[in-house]
Amino acid sequence: MNRRELLRMIGLATGVAFIGGNTLLAGCATSSSAALTFSAADAELLDAVTETILPRTDTPGARDAEVGSFMQIFVNDCYSPAEQATFHAGLLQLERRSAEEYGGKFNSLTAEQRLALINTLDSEARQQLASGGEAHYFTMIKQLTLFGFFTSEVGGTQALRHVPVPGRFDGCVSYEEGQPAWATQ
Amino acid sequence: MSKHHYDAIVVGSGISGGWAAKELTEKGLKVLLLERGRNIEHIKDYTNAHKEVWDHPHRNRPTQEMKDKHPVLQRDFVLNEETQGMWANEQDSPYVEEKRFDWYRGYHVGGRSLLWGRHSYRLSPMDFEANAREGIAIDWPIRYEDVAPWYDYVERYAGIAGSLEGLPHLPDGQFLPPIELNCVEKDVAARIKKAYGGKRHLIHSRVANITQPKPEQGRVNCQYRNKCWLGCPYGAYFSTQSSTLPAAMKTGNLTLRPFSIVTQVLYDKDKKRARGVEVIDAETQLTYEYTADVVFLNASSFNSTWILMNSATDVWQGGLGSSSGELGHNVMDHHFRVGASGTVEGYEDKYYFGRRPAGFYIPRFRNLGNEQRNYVRGFGYQGAASRQGWDRHVAEVGVGADLKHSLSQPGPWTIGMTAFGEMLPHHDNRIYLDKSVTDKWGLPVLAMDVEVRENELAMRHDMQQDAVELLEAAGVTQVHGSDWGYSPGMGIHEMGTARMGRDPKTSVLNGFNQVWDAPNVFVTDGACMTSASCVNPSLTYMALTARAVDHAVKELKKGTLV
Repeated sequence: MNRRELLRMIGLATGVAFIGGNTLLAGCATSSSAALTFSAADAELLDAVTETILPRTDTPGARDAEVGSFMQIFVNDCYSPAEQATFHAGLLQLERRSAEEYGGKFNSLTAEQRLALINTLDSEARQQLASGGEAHYFTMIKQLTLFGFFTSEVGGTQALRHVPVPGRFDGCVSYEEGQPAWATQ
Repeated sequence: MSKHHYDAIVVGSGISGGWAAKELTEKGLKVLLLERGRNIEHIKDYTNAHKEVWDHPHRNRPTQEMKDKHPVLQRDFVLNEETQGMWANEQDSPYVEEKRFDWYRGYHVGGRSLLWGRHSYRLSPMDFEANAREGIAIDWPIRYEDVAPWYDYVERYAGIAGSLEGLPHLPDGQFLPPIELNCVEKDVAARIKKAYGGKRHLIHSRVANITQPKPEQGRVNCQYRNKCWLGCPYGAYFSTQSSTLPAAMKTGNLTLRPFSIVTQVLYDKDKKRARGVEVIDAETQLTYEYTADVVFLNASSFNSTWILMNSATDVWQGGLGSSSGELGHNVMDHHFRVGASGTVEGYEDKYYFGRRPAGFYIPRFRNLGNEQRNYVRGFGYQGAASRQGWDRHVAEVGVGADLKHSLSQPGPWTIGMTAFGEMLPHHDNRIYLDKSVTDKWGLPVLAMDVEVRENELAMRHDMQQDAVELLEAAGVTQVHGSDWGYSPGMGIHEMGTARMGRDPKTSVLNGFNQVWDAPNVFVTDGACMTSASCVNPSLTYMALTARAVDHAVKELKKGTLV
């Protein structure tokens, strides 16, 4: 196995260990009594939120990479019941904030309003982490958006670069700013 | 009960078992190779070898269901989607943790040779002498010179990429060209050399990945995909499947029998020799008896020991080899997961092409010559420098197009390394049979009673501090030392439970890996190790196995083994 992975234990761009990833301590996973499921409205919300976090530009965005669908699978299968509950409650909170601050569902907001709300949530999530609090639901959403996008085929080959069979190793090639990073090391 | 006879039986098909099968069959013996798990055919059965991360539904992360099924495996990084099915079933094959012990087992043809880290270093003259010099445990019955020609032999065949360094405490070998360091690593190497007056070295890691083709073995050189643990369709790293099994098959002398759990060595107490082994077919539960003139136990350290504990119990209650009082004792691993990382300024205009299955190595530099730290022995570092990827923390960018743009480009260069430290043999670090717990086949299981002790804990302080100091001396910035915590077993280098020695009263095996109480039984996996050194052990198992087979066949011809 590649033990270099050990050195990459810090979390995904969010300053906190990856939620739903391998835990370092043995935990007791309890079976969930009432399985939480995603509705069609949830799916639309996730599509809109992820696209706001990673929008299509000259390269594809989260919607192109179907990050919302991936997120549902990941939360269902890889999150603990408690983490799932936090995630689902977070989606309700997000819609409530949207209604309170902008008078409508997230999907009905303009692109600018969406970005403003997501930026606010991002700041709040960072503050919550900095103060040592529990993981904010938006931290989960952001982690899974980045993870889902950059490990997708669209993200890995169109935003990033991937050569399936390099055939050689060159430890010192020139790099110009703007060139995409490799999808994997 | 059906009966079958072979010249030799090899139990276990991992790194050492594959070598035993190759050497025995090439010397003309008819060999039965027994493997407790399923068969995995080279290339054909590497089902995930061509998959990318996006081909896995959870992008290679473990699901809750996987974690529930693998309560031990999920403690570390090894539980993932792409190597599912390559680890022992924890429900079928439980064990008892008197103290926490992470036991990562590969129950299939090839064993952990398909999954190993491939770092391949020789033990040094100093390693073979350390126990005697320091009065720790018992002396090795052999010296470096006894093994050196066998290191040469196995390195040439397996294919080890590495560089000649001329270091007495990390002997050079028969290497293929090394896998290149990247420009930052080269620079850090030069700065370390300068800062320490040539006394500390950052060198190429020595790995069992071939950098030139081996057409005689049907193996293509490394393609730099860094997907070794999925099974290499190019045969570019050494495994049973890519290297030793095809050679053994080619002789026409090998019979491979998967799904064969060896329950005991059959012992003839009048002749003081093994007659063969008893096998339970893992699928049919039927019991078979196979006889042979010589038996090689290569079932991995703990399972070879388990077989001995279950053998000849009518003569010795504790099993074959227990007359020494040392069977199951002196468990060693390599303690690690402590080191440092930092940022390397500059090199923004440099990157790399291809994905290396390797990195750098910093050989042991502590307690050499006259130095005496507050612990004995030492440690080496494995590490790499790379540019950060999309999973880096970008404090200044929140969300949106800027975030995507920023994370789509490589980040700053970082360098990190973790130490691998020698663990001392301690009599009280032991495994034993717990008959109150049985596995799927009704067999008693092992209990683990192992802990890190004072010497390891004292060493860990240096393992972290020295890593910080080395990186800072090389001009690395924002250096952070860390101890990520270690539990015995995590190194996946179990050793020592049937150690070699000079005296049957204090050791299980003699200087040719023969069980003192049954000289036609050889144990040449990690169980035989008298001390651990700080280097990765598999290359030594290969060399000791080839050496033991050579001895076994000579003795068979002389008629001393039957």
